Amino acid sequence: MTPRSWWFAPLALAAAVALAGCAGSKSTDEILVGEYGSLTGNEANFGQSTKEGVDLALAELQASDQGKIGGLPVRTLVEDDRGLPEEAVTVVKKLINQDGVCSVLGEVASSRSIAAASVCQDAGVPMISPSSTNPKVTQQGDYIFRMCFIDPFQGTVMAKFAALNLKLKTVAILEDVRNDYSVGLTQYFSEAFTSLGGAIASGKPQAYNAGDTDFRSQLTAIKAMKPEAIYVPGYYTDVGLIARQARELGITAPLLGGDGWESEKLLEIGGDALNGSYYSNHFAVDNPDPRLQDFLKSYKAKFGKEPDAIGGLAYDAARVLFLSMQKLHTQDPAAFAGLGSSKTGSPARRAATQKLRDIIAATKEFPGVSGVITLDANRNASKPAVVIEVKAGKKVYNTTVNP
Amino acid sequence: MSEFLQQLVNGLTSGSVYALIALGYTMVYGILRLINFAHGDIYMLGAFIGWFAARALHAGQQPNPLKALAVLVIAMVGCGLAGVIIERLAYKPVRKSPRLSALITAIGVSLLLENGARLLFGADPKFFPQIVTLQNIPLGGGVTISNHQIIILTVSVVLMFALRVVVLHTKVGKAMQAVSFNPTAAALMGISVDRIITFTFMIGSMLAAAAGVLVAMKDPKIEPYMGLLPGLKAFVAAVLGGIGNVPGAVLGGLVMGIAEVMVVGYVSPTYRDAIAFVLLIVILLVRPSGILGRSTTEKV
Repeated sequence: MTPRSWWFAPLALAAAVALAGCAGSKSTDEILVGEYGSLTGNEANFGQSTKEGVDLALAELQASDQGKIGGLPVRTLVEDDRGLPEEAVTVVKKLINQDGVCSVLGEVASSRSIAAASVCQDAGVPMISPSSTNPKVTQQGDYIFRMCFIDPFQGTVMAKFAALNLKLKTVAILEDVRNDYSVGLTQYFSEAFTSLGGAIASGKPQAYNAGDTDFRSQLTAIKAMKPEAIYVPGYYTDVGLIARQARELGITAPLLGGDGWESEKLLEIGGDALNGSYYSNHFAVDNPDPRLQDFLKSYKAKFGKEPDAIGGLAYDAARVLFLSMQKLHTQDPAAFAGLGSSKTGSPARRAATQKLRDIIAATKEFPGVSGVITLDANRNASKPAVVIEVKAGKKVYNTTVNP
Repeated sequence: MSEFLQQLVNGLTSGSVYALIALGYTMVYGILRLINFAHGDIYMLGAFIGWFAARALHAGQQPNPLKALAVLVIAMVGCGLAGVIIERLAYKPVRKSPRLSALITAIGVSLLLENGARLLFGADPKFFPQIVTLQNIPLGGGVTISNHQIIILTVSVVLMFALRVVVLHTKVGKAMQAVSFNPTAAALMGISVDRIITFTFMIGSMLAAAAGVLVAMKDPKIEPYMGLLPGLKAFVAAVLGGIGNVPGAVLGGLVMGIAEVMVVGYVSPTYRDAIAFVLLIVILLVRPSGILGRSTTEKV
């Protein structure tokens, strides 16, 4: 040591003492669950619905077990990614490295889930995406799960519905080129639709960029193709504006879409322009299933509004996670202790999350509000999809399609 | 052919909005030699003031032309005031400093407005109530124009005409021309340069507010960063037409709107934002003073 650096010795010592003091003060051990989502930004509704679904699951845990699993209180930490994939990476890194969460819930948008999944995978922290449907999400690694069906299925559902139920021959496509979800759905829809004897107008999809507000030039090009319907696998904000502008240009063909349409805001933005349009979704609120109706009731009691499918899936995701933790506690209490916040960064934590991962992966016939959830070898849930029709400004259940 | 004509209608509408914003840039530049980068955010502010006004007046529930006009006027007056305040607080103190200081101040004001709006109004998009019920008017041959588009075109033309009358035929307008020509000489002739500059900011901000409300009526999604790109593009439009030149700004705005729509319709939507800057580079290479601008030699 050079004489100069002697200076730092007392400083370093003080810092070490301070740090030790911090670690020591964490006497209350708890289970921290991270949640990230777009609480603000273009798809703010997605993040807010997800948060409400998780909050409801936590409130029920509070009511049944005083909010504790295996004697440890459960707390969720919520981070806003503002709808940006790069921000999703940052907040999930913070949740894992600084806050020491033992599992992560989120996101809705596939681009953001894909971005954050690699962080969770590298850290060995299980991540459950409630509602990201792009296949690449769970392909990021064996710690990544989802509670919903995937886009090859969802795209096929809508293609079948268009070709067989609506008996359409030509459909135009308007995709969001900067969005993994939208590009994926476009691909699966066109493959299935052409194999059923249909044709994609002009042979290729028209494109827009998320955040655009003027889609008139694309729609004018589509109008000239005279399609019988337009498939718009985008998110609700853009879809609402697209529907309006299509009607403004005199296009009467119905719009078709995917679960990205699911939001209470959809009809507020699109209004009457969406009447006669169809989209594939995870569940319909008018399904008489008692489990779903119970959920709708308690959601309405807590938040004073109807939930959407995004909220329902988030509720399921949180409950699957809590149940898996409870199972870990009964099967292996010693390993379970590793989930506690005091074990952050220790080998015990890593061992615990690995066991937790195995238990989540073995989820079988979980009675979710969005349907019965069984995870397959690729950690995806295989569930039926419903088709919803927008009729006179309301979302009406049309049909169910099984995988 | 009908597709092309429809695209032309779309282009003219978005072009006239760019023209309204570009006028503000060009007027301020003409008088102060300052690129007011906060101008796009005034446009955003106009849309938000319009949003509050429309909600307060319940203009969305029972749309009627009087309420719609009131929303437009409230937004314009609000932004005119904001323009005056910004000029007095941010730009006046640095007027005697080098031009770069003023430019950096403008960027600072722009950031302040964007993030201030984010803090005040929230980052999630708001939906502008329908202050005018949408109606389609077929023009024949498969081309349609909506009443929104007609309103945008009419209001823009009226405002541009009003501006022309103000600049050419009123005392204030003549004073503006004088200040633009030579501020020192104008001051010696008894013109209050400060007051003229404030007036210019007020007029420019009012035009931007009108553009904001008109666009929000047509595409009812407003958010704190909505002014960023239209602002930049309108700036390019002003340069394209010849910055400091009022008819040039209108021409530049229209060229910009039509070019953008044609690129999206016939080339690729991914180039929508690129075309503005391609135009900027081309004009700077071919005719740096702009289409209608006069090249001036600067005395060193």
